[in-house]
Amino acid sequence: MLQRLSHLLGTENLTREQIAFILDQAKPFQEFQRHPLKKLATLRGKTVAIAFFESSTRTRISFTTAASRLGADTMALQAESSSLKKGESLIDTVRTLEAMRPDGIVIRHASSGAPEFVAQRLEIPVLNAGDGTHEHPTQALLDALTIRDRKGKLEGWNVTILGDILHSRVARSNIHVLSKFGVKITLCGPAMWVPRELEKLAPGIRVVHCIEEGLRGADVVMVLRVQTERIHEPALAPEEYISQFQLTPARLKLAQPEALVLHPGPIVRGLEIDSAVADGPQSGVLEQVTNGLAIRMALLYHLIGGAPADAPHPAKDRTNASD
Amino acid sequence: MLLIRNGRVLDPAMKTDATLDILIEGDRISRVGPELDARDREIFDARGLIVAPGFIDLHGHLREPGGEMSETIETGTKSAARGGFTAVCCMPNTQPVNDNASVTRSIVERAAAAGIVRVWPIGAASLGSKGEALAEISAMKAAGIVAVSDDGKPVATARLMRQVMDYCTPLGLPVIDHCEDPSLFAGGVMREGPNSLKLGLQGIPAASESICVGRDIEMALLTGARLHIAHMSTSGSLAYVRAAKRNKLRVTCEVTPHHFTLTDEDVRYDTHYKMNPPLASRADRDALIAGLADGSIDAIATDHAPHHPASKDVEFDRAPFGVLGFETALALGLTELVDSGKLSLTRLVELFTTGPARVLGLERKIAAGEPADLTIFSTEHTWTYRTADSPSKSRNSPFDGRSFRGAPMATVVAGRIVYRR
Amino acid sequence: MPVVEKRQLLSAEEIGRTLSRLAHEIVENSGGAKDLALIGVRRRGVPLSERLASQIRGFANVEVPVGTLDITLYRDDLSTVGSHPVVQSTQIDFPVDNRDLVIVDDVLYTGRTIRAAMNGLFDLGRPRRIQLCVLIDRGHRELPVEASFIGKQIQTSDSEIVEVRLREIDGEERVMLVDRVS
Repeated sequence: MLQRLSHLLGTENLTREQIAFILDQAKPFQEFQRHPLKKLATLRGKTVAIAFFESSTRTRISFTTAASRLGADTMALQAESSSLKKGESLIDTVRTLEAMRPDGIVIRHASSGAPEFVAQRLEIPVLNAGDGTHEHPTQALLDALTIRDRKGKLEGWNVTILGDILHSRVARSNIHVLSKFGVKITLCGPAMWVPRELEKLAPGIRVVHCIEEGLRGADVVMVLRVQTERIHEPALAPEEYISQFQLTPARLKLAQPEALVLHPGPIVRGLEIDSAVADGPQSGVLEQVTNGLAIRMALLYHLIGGAPADAPHPAKDRTNASD
Repeated sequence: MLLIRNGRVLDPAMKTDATLDILIEGDRISRVGPELDARDREIFDARGLIVAPGFIDLHGHLREPGGEMSETIETGTKSAARGGFTAVCCMPNTQPVNDNASVTRSIVERAAAAGIVRVWPIGAASLGSKGEALAEISAMKAAGIVAVSDDGKPVATARLMRQVMDYCTPLGLPVIDHCEDPSLFAGGVMREGPNSLKLGLQGIPAASESICVGRDIEMALLTGARLHIAHMSTSGSLAYVRAAKRNKLRVTCEVTPHHFTLTDEDVRYDTHYKMNPPLASRADRDALIAGLADGSIDAIATDHAPHHPASKDVEFDRAPFGVLGFETALALGLTELVDSGKLSLTRLVELFTTGPARVLGLERKIAAGEPADLTIFSTEHTWTYRTADSPSKSRNSPFDGRSFRGAPMATVVAGRIVYRR
Repeated sequence: MPVVEKRQLLSAEEIGRTLSRLAHEIVENSGGAKDLALIGVRRRGVPLSERLASQIRGFANVEVPVGTLDITLYRDDLSTVGSHPVVQSTQIDFPVDNRDLVIVDDVLYTGRTIRAAMNGLFDLGRPRRIQLCVLIDRGHRELPVEASFIGKQIQTSDSEIVEVRLREIDGEERVMLVDRVS
């Protein structure tokens, strides 16, 4: 049995076994999404604080739905409405949250390291929903689950990540997950967004700046969106990006015939990806969304609730319960 | 009269390394010799200890006026005394900026009233350090500054640097520059490298510093001025400085203890590892140590930068740059440089005494008639540094809780023992 | 957990005969296996339900669908255990609405597992009827749950454990009564 996780701050420090465990545990929750009645009482009475200090609709809804389907209540904290906008420090927000005593916190923040900051100061499980340009662990886990389901396994594929890698937490988290499964990773994009130093992030990475070379032989293509909100310097003109790096049907043909196309969303059609590809048979985008719910339910289930580790077991014999 | 007895007197300036006694009368050294007469004198027994000329810190932030929440001249100098420093050069980025004689005078007066060690102010190079007009440098010189700098920022343009240099040279003032290129710095929070990529923190390439060092050295060549590179942190900068020295330019430089100890790999998200210039790559750190050993680097300076705890207890991005330095400087020098065999003890003492003195155009030595400033330290005493015990108002040190072998044991300023462990 | 074996409750042969009897009872009670389906509760209810279906196929020539149900998410004691237990998949490939369901489990004890199983089934739809088939009923009910098809009824004390060992899972075939060693 794996050592219990007390937080999920990133994928960098997860072992291969832990990742496989999380993917396996997502399966019953994938199955659960097909039930007519999608409401469990598993986390009834628990409260999950959904603290999003950076705007996001999809991920926030995904986490809120996951918590809610497990029967938990949610406490929503959004930057626009919270005092954070008025200059209240993260530490004061943390203290406020602590006083409200949620059973777990899901946090998205514009500063890399913010979830770790919170986890060091609170006794409650913290789940990173995306911090700055550092990690977005649940995205990488749902991407891995999607690859595993579609391609039959996770090991040994050629995966190309396409786009602005430098500013992408999704790319980093995926690199940490995939490299542990012997995946050969190709990072492809404009040189200013894909510095060669990225090859040092994990074993099995190569950097290329030409899309044809990047796509050749790929079994999976992960398309990233262009991060306009995180760049300090002048951006690349969209026409330049499109002409050099957009994933078009013609370019997709350079990859393996059954190559899987993934995108973390939201998709900007006509910029990083052509609509025909996004909606085509090789696209796994819709499964990513369902898998996101399953992964997040599995993580909330395992991280939240339960007695403290040293609590005595209930008196009645549990070995006659289904084991 | 104070007699410092039985200590190993180590004075690079006088080339002394022997067991000697030092007699102090008033604020001056009156005699140095073996087994001096001990009758009717206050005695400090320095047996087993090293007695060096009083250490000078070329670079510290005392925050007063305006930043008293983080430090004052009184608390900062108390901390400096605990570190064995007898003199601190305080940078002008106070509120208001020390860019005119009345601010300089107020610092000097405050230091006379409440300072525990000597305080030698550094005046701003430009008004408000805004990089536009020259500050009132000659008036400040009369009021007591020992150098000029716009520290916190680089001197804004090559043109301005040239003007500052031309102006300061006849005044005999060195120009100290915090070297950085604003366009490359742009929002960065740590050294650009594999670790900044992994942590998702905006990186500052090493070239940001060396480009500016190169620029300043060109201006020094043009003007013949005395240029001192503050808190140098890269091998690229060191290469420029070495070339300048070979060409007999009056260029000097300093390195901080955190830069010869830590690297960018030590950064996780703890804001006690965030300072400017940021922690460098391992290769740069090692190059700096080589430069300390071979004489290319003139001084160790702390860049003691206190920030009150609440201001540092934020996300890494938002935290101010800076860490404490006075109390750990000598111990780090002994542990990282001398104990590891990279430098001799004499060389280390040079970096705290004759090196900084030369930058300021002074002498620092133990001889009759010299000011009675001494740093008495042990190379054996084991202790643990705890910021909670520090007289500083701030706690931002990456070395909190670290154990050392070697410590300042007593600090003598103008003939008085201002600190005793 | 250290245990000491006290006595054997059912031998391999007796298990076989018991299952055969139960299979017949189920078919008889269902009026010809119309709309019948078996739901095996993980873990050991699963091989039992498969064997029952196989028996029924044999003598009644009827194909009774079998589903597996994992009740972990429906347990009522999750807030009292340390880490949450690993969840297995529920696999019920047929619609549950209007079905005549028989939940199959190895041991009926407090009844909480069966309550959880019923919660799980109601999440999937509205069965017409739910009945329970167990290999061993050991008493000590904490909820009003009863089994319609019982292999063997025994009296036990709280410190005792009924261990059902099946070849598909345990590599051997018998039911043991064991005692906890304090």
